[in-house]
Amino acid sequence: MTLTTKDFDTVAKPDWCPGCGDFGIQASMKMALAKLGIEPHKIALVAGIGCSSKMPHWVDTYGLHTLHGRAVPPAAAIKLVNPKLTVLINAGDGDAYGIGVGHLVHVMRRNIDLTYIVHNNMVYGLTKGQATPTSAKGYKSPSTPFGAIEEPLNPIALALSMGATFIARGFAGDVQHLAMLIEEGVKHKGFALIDVFQPCVTFNKINTYPYFMQRVYKLESDSSYDKTDFEMAMKKAWETEKLPIGIFYQVSKQTYEEQEPGMADISATELDISNVDISKTMEKYI
Amino acid sequence: MQINDLTWMIGGEAGFGIQSAGNFFAMAASRGGLYAFGNPEYPSLIRGGHNSDCVRVSDKYVAIHKERLDLLLAMNRETLELHLKEVVSGGGVIYDAENIKMEGLNVPKGIKLFNVPLKKLAMEVGKGDITRNTVGVGASLGLVDYDIEIFYEILREAFARKGEKVINDNLAAAKAGYDFVRANYMGRFDYAMKKIEGRPPKMVLTGNDAISLGAIKAGCKFVAEYPMTPSSSILHIMASHAKDFNIIVKHTEDEIAAMNMAIGAGWAGARAMTATSGGGYSLMVEALGMAGMCEIPVVCVEVQRPGPSTGLPTRTEQGDLQFILHSSQGEFPRIVIAVGDYNECFYKTFEAFNLAEKYQLPVIVVSDKHLSESIQTVEPFDTKGLKIDRGKLLSQEQLEHLLAKSREFLEAHEGGTMVQKGFGGQSAQENYISPDGNFLRYKVTDDGVSPRTIPGMPGGIHRASTDEHDESGDLTETEENRNMMMEKRARKLNAVLKELPPPALIDYERKQVKPGASDVTFVTWGSPKEAVLEAMRMLEAEGVKADLLQIVYMIPFHAKEVTEILGKCKRLVGVEQNGEAQLCALIREKTGFLIQEKILKYSGRQLTAHEIFDKFKALKTI
Repeated sequence: MTLTTKDFDTVAKPDWCPGCGDFGIQASMKMALAKLGIEPHKIALVAGIGCSSKMPHWVDTYGLHTLHGRAVPPAAAIKLVNPKLTVLINAGDGDAYGIGVGHLVHVMRRNIDLTYIVHNNMVYGLTKGQATPTSAKGYKSPSTPFGAIEEPLNPIALALSMGATFIARGFAGDVQHLAMLIEEGVKHKGFALIDVFQPCVTFNKINTYPYFMQRVYKLESDSSYDKTDFEMAMKKAWETEKLPIGIFYQVSKQTYEEQEPGMADISATELDISNVDISKTMEKYI
Repeated sequence: MQINDLTWMIGGEAGFGIQSAGNFFAMAASRGGLYAFGNPEYPSLIRGGHNSDCVRVSDKYVAIHKERLDLLLAMNRETLELHLKEVVSGGGVIYDAENIKMEGLNVPKGIKLFNVPLKKLAMEVGKGDITRNTVGVGASLGLVDYDIEIFYEILREAFARKGEKVINDNLAAAKAGYDFVRANYMGRFDYAMKKIEGRPPKMVLTGNDAISLGAIKAGCKFVAEYPMTPSSSILHIMASHAKDFNIIVKHTEDEIAAMNMAIGAGWAGARAMTATSGGGYSLMVEALGMAGMCEIPVVCVEVQRPGPSTGLPTRTEQGDLQFILHSSQGEFPRIVIAVGDYNECFYKTFEAFNLAEKYQLPVIVVSDKHLSESIQTVEPFDTKGLKIDRGKLLSQEQLEHLLAKSREFLEAHEGGTMVQKGFGGQSAQENYISPDGNFLRYKVTDDGVSPRTIPGMPGGIHRASTDEHDESGDLTETEENRNMMMEKRARKLNAVLKELPPPALIDYERKQVKPGASDVTFVTWGSPKEAVLEAMRMLEAEGVKADLLQIVYMIPFHAKEVTEILGKCKRLVGVEQNGEAQLCALIREKTGFLIQEKILKYSGRQLTAHEIFDKFKALKTI
């Protein structure tokens, strides 16, 4: 179906700070979904809690705005009971890599067909500027006034080690490129993690637009880069001077839902439940 | 000779098939037209430790075990140390003198000892010590002169998947035990089990089986659960039926995921459930509020065990009621159903799924270890009258009709009130279209329940948000909207209360009685019900007329009806498996009645009829 980004516009307007990286991600998502031609009613946009997680209210699809750290389980369940839906998740880095990291780890090893876009600004926005799991060591914030002691979590390396089948990184300042990544992530059959550098213009004065613009480069610009090569991807994941963006890793693997023994020919949501016959099951207890 | 009234117990180390032996014994009784109730007791470990399974058999309905044993099958010395004192005079003990030294054990007078070489027969005839429990059951059935063919048939079915050798070894083991007792002790035991021909076949199952069957019948298509005793068997049972009924069963990474997944599946339009015990439920409660706020149907089974914290993981308690009533921050409607017997496990679980969808809220079914893991003979459930009710879940056709009517209305009213007011206001009653041109999923209605769409439906787009939201589901923090939505959600319970049957007093034969007709009214909830009913029968024989008020629906609570009943009762005694009398507290809160006399137990073991009878007699009349 031919769609434009307007088909995903809402009357309500985002309440993000002017210049927030979330605007770039919102625009990229609309572009990708329009290009893919997926009708809005066939999309479920699930989010956690935080600035970025308000996204479902401002992209006109079905939306579920859940709890902090808990976007993944409902999204996975939605896909399992109705595989016909395109299910995307939006959450921040505190949500995805902090409070919700347990779910992230397991959904990656399950390879459920979901696209998870993490708005990674290395800072908590809605709770006003604390350090997150991806903040740099030494990062000063209200919760770490003398500098963060911990090493930052590396989302790309984590995803590689957990067996994710599509791992990418984008930059909210490069909307066209990010739209391409989201499009590829949605098209990918299996779990797609798209970590996005998303400057927080209010609280993070280090990881700014200029900071990223000076450092990011595109993986696809290197023709020798093989995105099916795990070791190459792992090496790229640990580059910190220059920051690669693009698809780090992509392999094809059976999805969880393809192997689920309880899956019928039709979606669970379409099954007729008006008269389930349990008489044979009861006989087994006699 | 005492016929068809026997309490039998097997005791031994974990890993020796104590529970399977108990199940065999109960099944053998049930197949012969008798009723059985089996209460397994086991510590929280894999091997070793003391396990027991007490099976009570009768020609009448039985739903609680007795602590007075007629026949004890002791697989080790510890069983005798712990349970010899529970054997009644005239009762018997089967033990293996080659393996149990009797020195130092005080065998009360009147108890008959039957030495059976259980281990030797298992090794020589059953071809391995693993069949020792089978030898023991065979010997027990021989001693009570029961039809051993019934047991053979059960063994053939139980081991069918394990092949001929296992079947034959077990058959030989059963026969060896049976024959040994017949040859050596015939006529020495004053109890018998006689099969009753012509009775319709009955099921032998656990409360968790009944709960699972209720969920399957209700069309549950998604189960997410993390294992936690004593709820885990629900996960196992549902998983075993995944293919037969197209149920997607997910063993999740934790209980947080389990509840959140069930809610996601519910939002997407599948009937979904989770099950857990108190500790797991603690992790689920944040998500419970999400189901309340987003108005998503979900069913949670909470099988209680003794807390606090890890507590006694494999024992029983009713310590979670007040926690369940208040779990999760803020105020939102939920339904809490406390099941008290096997029929309630089945029918109320079925009902829970209908209520969850009809009223678009979380429903918590409360059970406990005793009810969920004991086994009982019950009639097959009558499913004829069970109707699926999905409430205001719209079909595509209904949605389109609603949208067309709304468009007509909006055209006639120059855009309609909603569009004029923008977000945060209440739209005109006739309008279901949001300012986005989407669906007003959280439409304010008289009963608080809004027509519902699910993802995939054209025209039904909406956002479900844990933030406060307006009729369209979008974010707003206005006072007007907040009040409107709080009141909308709260109104649902008024409608639920009207639908649910109010409680009534019953006598020991489960017949309804008028308030004030008895000397004493026992007030209880959940699993103590059966023991109370039996204690009432015992009291009646002593001239004390008693009736029972069982509370099944905790939220919403039938305050008016309960107040009326309690006002007429002569004497109230609360019976609960906890230390704080949590139902009595709820009754005090909702009705003002203070139940001063209480029989409470929190040792982790179930109250029996004798115990209630004795404790009642020891109560000081206040």
